[in-house]
Formats: sequence, C-alpha cells, structure tokens
Amino acid sequence: MDIRFHEIEAGATERAAVDSVLGPPVSAWAGGVRDTETEGHSATFGGHAARSQRDLLLPVLHAVQRRFGWLPPAALNYISRRLTLPPAEVFGVATFYHLFSLTPSPPGVIHVCDDIACRIKGAERLCSEMESISIPQFTWKRSPCLGLCERAPAVMVSQAGENPRLFSQGPVSTTAEIISAANSLNGKPEGLESLRRSVPQAGQEDLRLIRRIGRVQPESLEAYQADGGYVALKKALELGPEGVIREVLASNLLGRGGAAFPTGRKWEAVARAPARPHYVVCNADESEPGTFKDRLLMEGDPFGVIEGITIAAYATGSERGYFYVRGEYPLAAHRIGAAIENARAAGLLGENILGSGFAFDIELRSGAGAYICGEETALFNSIEGKRGEPRNKPPFPVHVGLFGKPTLINNVETLANIPLIIAAGGAAYAGVGTSGSSGPKLFCVSGHVVRPGLYEIPFGRTLRELIDMAGGVPEGKGIRAILLGGAAGMFIGPDKLDVPLTFEGTRAIGATLGSGVVLIFDETVDLADILTRVAAFFRDESCGQCVPCRVGTVRQEELLSRLRSGRTIGSRSDELALLKEIGQAMRDASICGLGQTASNAIESALANLNPIPGGKDEA
Amino acid sequence: MILLWGSNARETHPIFFHHLLKGVRNGARLYGIDPRRTSSVQWADVWAGLDVGTDIALANAMGREIIAGGLECKEFIENATTGFDDYRRVVEPYTLEYAERETGVPGEVIREMARTFARADKAMICWTLGITEHHNAVDNVLALINLVLLTGHVGRYGCGVNPLRGQNNVQGGGDMGALPDRLPGFQHVENVPLRAKFEKHWGAPIPAVKGWHLSQMFEAMERGDLQALYVIGENPLQSEADQNHARHLLEGLEFMVCQDIFLTKTGELADVVLPASAAWCESDGTVTNSERRVQRVRKAIQAVPGARDDVAILFDVARRMGYDWGVPDAEKIWNEVRALSPVHAGMSYARLEELKGIQWPCYDENHPGELFLHSRLWERPLNGPRVSFCPVEHDPPVERLSAEFPMRLTTGRRLDEYNTGVQTSGYRSPLRRGETLDVSPEDAARLGVRDGELVKVLSRRGAVTVPVRRDESLRPGLTFMTLHFQDDVATNLLTIDATDPKSGTAEFKAAAIRVEKM
Repeated sequence: MDIRFHEIEAGATERAAVDSVLGPPVSAWAGGVRDTETEGHSATFGGHAARSQRDLLLPVLHAVQRRFGWLPPAALNYISRRLTLPPAEVFGVATFYHLFSLTPSPPGVIHVCDDIACRIKGAERLCSEMESISIPQFTWKRSPCLGLCERAPAVMVSQAGENPRLFSQGPVSTTAEIISAANSLNGKPEGLESLRRSVPQAGQEDLRLIRRIGRVQPESLEAYQADGGYVALKKALELGPEGVIREVLASNLLGRGGAAFPTGRKWEAVARAPARPHYVVCNADESEPGTFKDRLLMEGDPFGVIEGITIAAYATGSERGYFYVRGEYPLAAHRIGAAIENARAAGLLGENILGSGFAFDIELRSGAGAYICGEETALFNSIEGKRGEPRNKPPFPVHVGLFGKPTLINNVETLANIPLIIAAGGAAYAGVGTSGSSGPKLFCVSGHVVRPGLYEIPFGRTLRELIDMAGGVPEGKGIRAILLGGAAGMFIGPDKLDVPLTFEGTRAIGATLGSGVVLIFDETVDLADILTRVAAFFRDESCGQCVPCRVGTVRQEELLSRLRSGRTIGSRSDELALLKEIGQAMRDASICGLGQTASNAIESALANLNPIPGGKDEA
Repeated sequence: MILLWGSNARETHPIFFHHLLKGVRNGARLYGIDPRRTSSVQWADVWAGLDVGTDIALANAMGREIIAGGLECKEFIENATTGFDDYRRVVEPYTLEYAERETGVPGEVIREMARTFARADKAMICWTLGITEHHNAVDNVLALINLVLLTGHVGRYGCGVNPLRGQNNVQGGGDMGALPDRLPGFQHVENVPLRAKFEKHWGAPIPAVKGWHLSQMFEAMERGDLQALYVIGENPLQSEADQNHARHLLEGLEFMVCQDIFLTKTGELADVVLPASAAWCESDGTVTNSERRVQRVRKAIQAVPGARDDVAILFDVARRMGYDWGVPDAEKIWNEVRALSPVHAGMSYARLEELKGIQWPCYDENHPGELFLHSRLWERPLNGPRVSFCPVEHDPPVERLSAEFPMRLTTGRRLDEYNTGVQTSGYRSPLRRGETLDVSPEDAARLGVRDGELVKVLSRRGAVTVPVRRDESLRPGLTFMTLHFQDDVATNLLTIDATDPKSGTAEFKAAAIRVEKM
C-alpha cells in the first residue's frame, strides 16, 4: 500500500480507546500482534475490506479525544494501521475539526460561545472574566455559535477520561455559574420543563411541527405512539413508495435547510436513480449562527424526525441512513441515538419494518466542530472519513452522493414535516401557508426580545407579528436591526418589519429566510462589532479548499477592521467598492454556499444600516 | 478477480499497476500470490504467501479443488480443449492437505481462492519473474494456463494469462524474431515454406535449424563451441546467475562486440564497443507493449556525437560484410516487416498514427486489431484446433535448504531501480538505499543484528558482505536481495544457474544461504 507508518507504538489505553470503536485487530497487518505461525503464509486482511473502513475514522477520533482530551500521535499512528490509511490522511482529517486537539490539553474544556446571540447578551464580558480565573483540570476556548441562542450566553463543557462528559448549558451569566457547571456531573437536568422554556408556545392547540415538544416525553416511544406517532409510517407503507412521493410532491414542501429546494423532486430523483444502493442522510449539522430549531426538534421530538427519515428511506428505496448531528449537540445526539435504539427494538427500524418486508436502519454520526459540514457534500465527505470539504456540483447528491451513490439528504425540519404530510395528505398540507411557501415554519427568535425561543407559525405572517409573539424588545427599546437567515443571511432595518415571512416575501426585499433565524438587535448594539464577528466566523470556518473563499473571507475581515479603525487604503468609498468586489468574486467562484454567502450579511448591513459611520475622508 | 502471481508489479511495473488499481477501484478482487507480502500484495484482498518454488503445488491444488467442487467450465473444456482427463488424473493427488504442507498456505485460503477464481465472471492471472525465474519456469506457466483452460477464463474480455513485460518493447523484441527459433511474426525457422518466404525476400539463405538461447550460448562457450559474441543492449556479465562463472566464460571468448547506450561491465570486457543512441528518443521506429499494441516512436533529439542509431550501425556492419542495404529508413524497414509477418500486415505508419497504435494480429488495412487473443476458442463450432491441457508436476527448487545453508534467498527488484542498474544507477533517487539483505524481524533478532549492520551471506557458490535490513513482509527463514547494485554487492555470486531446459532461465528466485554476523 505504500503506507509508511511511524515507528511510535500505541500504549494499552490508546489501543483500548481505538479498539472500543473498531473492535480488536484481526491481523498483525492491522496493528495486531505479529505471529508468523498464523500469518506467515497468508493474510486475509487487506484489500477492499480493510480500505472500506475509512468511514469509521471520525468515530474513532472522537473515541480517542473523549478518552484523552487530545489525539496523541501514537493513537493516530495506531488508527492509521487499523484503517489502512496513510498517517498524513489521518492527520489531515484530525486537524480539520475544531473539537479535536492535536496538542496535549487538560481533560476538561469549557467552550464559551462568543457568537452573535451570546455576544449581545454579555459573552465578551464572560470571556474577559474567564481570562482572570483558573479552574483546575480545565481550560477554556471561545466557540462559534453553540446553537443555544434562546438561552444565551451559553457554554459547552467537555471532559475527557474513562467516564467522559459533554453537555451544554445556558444561560450562564457569571463565571461562578460556569465553574459550577464544570464541576457538576452532567449540567442541569434537561426535562420537559427546559424544553417549554425554549419553546414558548409549548402546549398550544394550533401547533403542528412542535406540538409534542415540552408536552410529550421525548425519550418514550410509547408516549410518541400514543400521541399519533408512526401513524404516518403505516400509511406510507400502504401508499407504496410512489404514492408517498406523490403526496410529498403535492405538499409543495420546500427544503428547510436554507436552500428551499422542492423536497418531492429530490425524492423522486433519488428513487429513480439506477445506481444502487441508495442512501438517506439527515443533515443535523445545524451550525448556522442563530439557528437552534433542529436541535429542539431532536431534543423535544426525536421520534418525529426518525419517522420522517424512515418514510424518506421507504420512498427512495434506501436501506441505510445516516444521521449526522453536529458535535456541539450532545443532548440531541443522545436523544436521537436512544430513539434509534428504541425504534429498532420495536421493529420500527431493522430488517422487516412493521412486517412489511421493508428493511432500513440508521447510523448516528457526530460531527466534530466544522460549520462547513452542514454543506451536503462536505457532510458526505465527513461521514466517509475525509476532510469535510465540499465537492463540486454537478454531479448532485441525488446521483452521486454518499459513498458515490444516489443519496437523499434532507434537513431535520424538512424530515419532521414528512409525517404531517403523509398523515394529512399532501394537498391538505399545501393548504397551510401561502401558495409559494406551504406548511408551517419554525423560526429561531433570539437576541433582544422578551421571550426568545423557537416559534412555529404558518408561512405568511409578518416579521412584526413574530416579534410581537416573542414579547417585543425589552424595556421598550427600539430595534436597530434584524438578522434574517443567520450569518449567511441578511441584515434588515426596522423599516422592513411588515415583510411577510415567506420565501417569496423575503426574496422581494432582497433578503432570505435561510434557516429561519430572526435575531433582533436593539438600538444599543454596536453593529460594527457584530459584523466583525460575522467576518471572523467565515474566515475561521472557510475550509480553505478554494481560493475565492479562503482568501476572500480574510480580505473581508481585514477590510472591515480598516473601516472601523478609519485607517482605510484610499477613500472609504474605495474600500466599500473593494468589499463589493470581494463579495462578487466569492459569489461567482466559490465551490460551495459558504463562500457564496460569506459577504451577504456584511454587504447588506453596510448598504442599508450604516453600521460604521463615515470616516474623516468623507467629511 | 485478478490473481497477481509472482509479481511485485507495484514496484516493478508501476504503470501497469496503476491500471490494475483502476480495476481494483472498480471492485475487482485482488489476490496476491508471492512468498513476500510485497507492496503490491498489500493492496490485495488475500495474500497467499507460498514457499519459494511451490507454485505448481498451489496451482494444481486449486485445479483439484475446482474439479472437486464441480466448478470447472464444462462447456469450454468439452468444446475447446483436449487432455482434461489427464489433467484431472495428475492433479488428483494435490489435496489441500498436501498443498498446505508443501506451500505453507493454509488449505482454507487455497480453497477459497480456487472457488472464487472458478466462480468469477471475469478473472485474469498476471505473472512475472516469480513464475519464470525457476528451473521449471515453463512448467510453472503451464500450470497457470491449465487453470484458465479449466475455468474458461481465456479468450474473453477481461480474462486470460498475462505475462507483464519488463520494458516498453520486450514484446516487440520477441515479435521481431529476437528468439532462437522464430522469424519475425513468430514464424518458426524450421518450417520450410515460412523460411523459404524469408529467404526469397532477403535473397539469402537462413540457417535451417533453430539457434541457441542465452543459457545455451553460455553452455556453448563452456564447450568451446561459441567463440564470438555480438551483444546488443544486454549486460550478461551482471545479469547472469553465478557471476564468477559468467565472467570466466565471457573472458574466454575470442571476440566480443558490445552495442549499448552505456559502457556496461560486459562492454568493458568487449573487443569492440559500438555506442548506440537511445531508442526511445533518438531514433524513429515502433515499440510493442504488453498488450501487443504496436506504437510509433519518434526521434525527438539528436544523439550525442559518436552514438548512432542501432539500425544505422547494423546497416554499416552489413555493408562491411558486402551487403549494401542502402540508407536506413524506419518506415521502409517496417513495411518489410508488414510484407513478411501476417500479424503485422495491416499496420501502416498512417494507421498506427491514426489509431494511436494497433494490437496484433492485424491482417489487413481494414482490420482493427484484436483487443484480446484466443476468442476463437469460444466460437461454435470451434474455429481452429483445440488447445491442450499440459499437466505438470510440482518440482521443488533445485537447491534444498540444509543445515549448512538453512535460509532461502529470493531475489527481485525495487521501484526506483532497473535490473543491473545500467539505466538507473546514474541517476539520483530519493528512495535509493543501496543493496541490503532483507530479513524478517525474527531472524534479525535471532542473528543479533541491527538495521544497517554488515553481515556475510554465503551460498555454495560464493559470498558477499551486505548490510541487513529488517522487513516485516518476510517470515523467518526467507530473505531477499535485489540485483541492482552488482558493483557494490554482487548478488549473483550467490544465485544458482540451474536453468529451465525449455526457456533457458536460471533459478534466480531460489538459492540456499547462510548468514553470518560479522
């Protein structure tokens, strides 16, 4: 194989951590003990079987990170042997993700979110206080959005060891609370009560997507079934795959991940793709700053999503599904994992689902801190054990997706809509919302509102109505700006409050619904600081694969910093023109959506909101 | 399914191996049959690490296992072959137990390999010197041919037995008659009408009996029957087994001419040295690669002063002998080949150019060439004669291991070197580590030697001093050397010149040695 391993030998603990995922080595050629009596004249290890395990790389790196708090070189070398991978490849993957450390690190890490929503709730103050204290066995890091925006400011605590811990907590307003969280066993208990706090509408009659959240025990399959769960799957099995696709097409459902592609057409394309096998993937790598809807769906109604992906698999002829949850969502991953096991035990996943002969199972995979892995082809690469770098499209995932096979990839919220569509019928579902945007929609309302949280409204209500539902801006302050759609979305001003929250309505004002982020900034917020954070976010999260994005995100951040300091190169209007040009280059030439949208929010703010008042050269 | 048998193609045929890996990537299962777990075999799904020189025992056991399982291709055997009953009788004693004892490969592995081979939709066997550098080289090849006849893996796309050629034009050399018994186009010299065709065309008589192959030439030197030698592009002093003996014979010649692009060690012994230009860039013509594809070669640069095109040299030699062949012209010579060799008849320079090479046979200018050979065996009724099974018996290496010489030395090649180094040693290589005696980690420990430590290696014929290198791809008792650094370490002082009577190849792959710590 031309693979040159390092000489460095893994110790017993390192091997045990790796073997916990891969099982004991089957051959000396896979890192086992050399025994020329048994393997001197033959080896059945190698070839396709050995090389096909690469998709276990990310799980095994997680196992080592959980055990040691970092990735010791000897463990990486042992992983290379076990997976028949060149050490450089393993290193390349390990260094791709924020949550892995390649240098020795204390077992405990406190990740303090300093992203937009937490920033306007005092994250910077927390960070500066963290500078001055020390917590034994712990270090701390700034983190991009942890997806706990309705409970800002938030932290995530990880502790490696024999009994590793990983949990998020919010709001934490003082370092004392952080210390107490770090030393608590597993953070605060997360029951129905805390779900109700995150979903202010919890328990209301007219809800569809989130009707169970905060009301039905999320860990109980019985409770789910008693509340109408798995009725849709049974109906789907009666409809047959083509019947299911007909209903989804009739529903006019558009994908809820941000790109708003017609879901039914995607399903149809995968179902018709001649290559086999087909895969379904649930994209739960919800990393768009300000977004937390998928997290709450997974934490609050995991079976609803599992039922949705099962129906998707049935319709598209897939026998295997992957559920890719971002690494910063420990509770969501836990609940989804438990739901998969429960569903399997009840015959709702596995060889012969509900006695229909339909076979399907789901594997849960955890990300390790990389915004880019929310891009569908980057997510495939991540599952396959490669660096999470996006692929060129075409070919599209419906033809060449995961492991090079036709793949249906849908967002969590999209899949959560499926049981509703099948149960009510596509046409009835299409009657909800507007003609261009059917169904209910989830909005992640955070920032300066009285009741931040997850809200469900039918498409068509206005932004003003949504903000009113959330109690408006506290202390009667005015609104400075609203971020729609997350860091990849747009800033709009208070003059646009009457925009209808639909795909077509936001498009009409040059904005986007994106992932459903509605982040409200009151008049005290320094927008320039927020823009700088957005720019830093994209610079940090650019995977570096293509030049426009790798270079453009850096130039954009530098340019903002020059504008803020007043030390512009040329005039201020030269700089603004240059910023536009950088944005255009990224839009035109980046491989994926990250680069294509990395300048949207910043350009929209500069165009309409005057976040950085003019310097002296304009005076 | 691909059986890579006695070939470390990853290192010795890297371009071919790159194509092989495409097949692997497309799902082909690769089986590596080699005493060492080489870098090629590391790509394989299964490694069958047979003991050196037990290939026939393994192949016959596979044949027996296929027949026992009723997996032979009955239709093909019945309609296209003869001698199946003999074959079945000969392989009958080659039970899995016997083969496991003889080869060291577990019976289960042999059984699985045999059945997978028989059941494969398409399967091919690729082999090189691990099959042919034995005292029973031809028998080894026949054992493999029997396997494809048994399973019908021949005459179809993606099947067959494929000897991998070591140079861009080894195939072309044979095609053009650089064989002791063949005229261009594989036409036998002892076939009267064929010979007459050439004699008529050339206007000169041709010896009516076949000539000697290389080993027979050395035997003739020993007898005193051969006194003069014209060597073109070979370095026999360093490439022949038992080098002391080879030097003695070459030095005893009355007259030797060496025509080469480098001054080789053999050239240093020659009476006349004729410096030649490099065929691949300093002359016009054709080469023929492993898949029988004839391709054009174009002169790109002028040779250095003094070096001349091989053909021009030969023309001048002819002129001095009284034959004026005129001015050398590659296309004219090629058209003469086309006139005399039916398999090349349709390959005009224009067509070679247009089609980017043509695979022989190509009988006329409308023939597209053949992607693979022997498709006639699948025509019903059969087109042409039946092919015969040639049952062969296992015969272990001539030199047995003994208390005095208890270890097996096998030889081979490395990625960045070529044979005796004539064409490669003049260039720097980041991979070059010089000659080593590669031993298993267990043997290194037993001998108490570290990497790089000099040891003395002795065989019945000679001794060399060489640094040790531990190599996990070797098991205890098995050692490996190359022949790349003959000036520093003359590996062929150790090897045995037991040659196969049919092919004339010496048993480079199996010598018995002793290793002494110094």
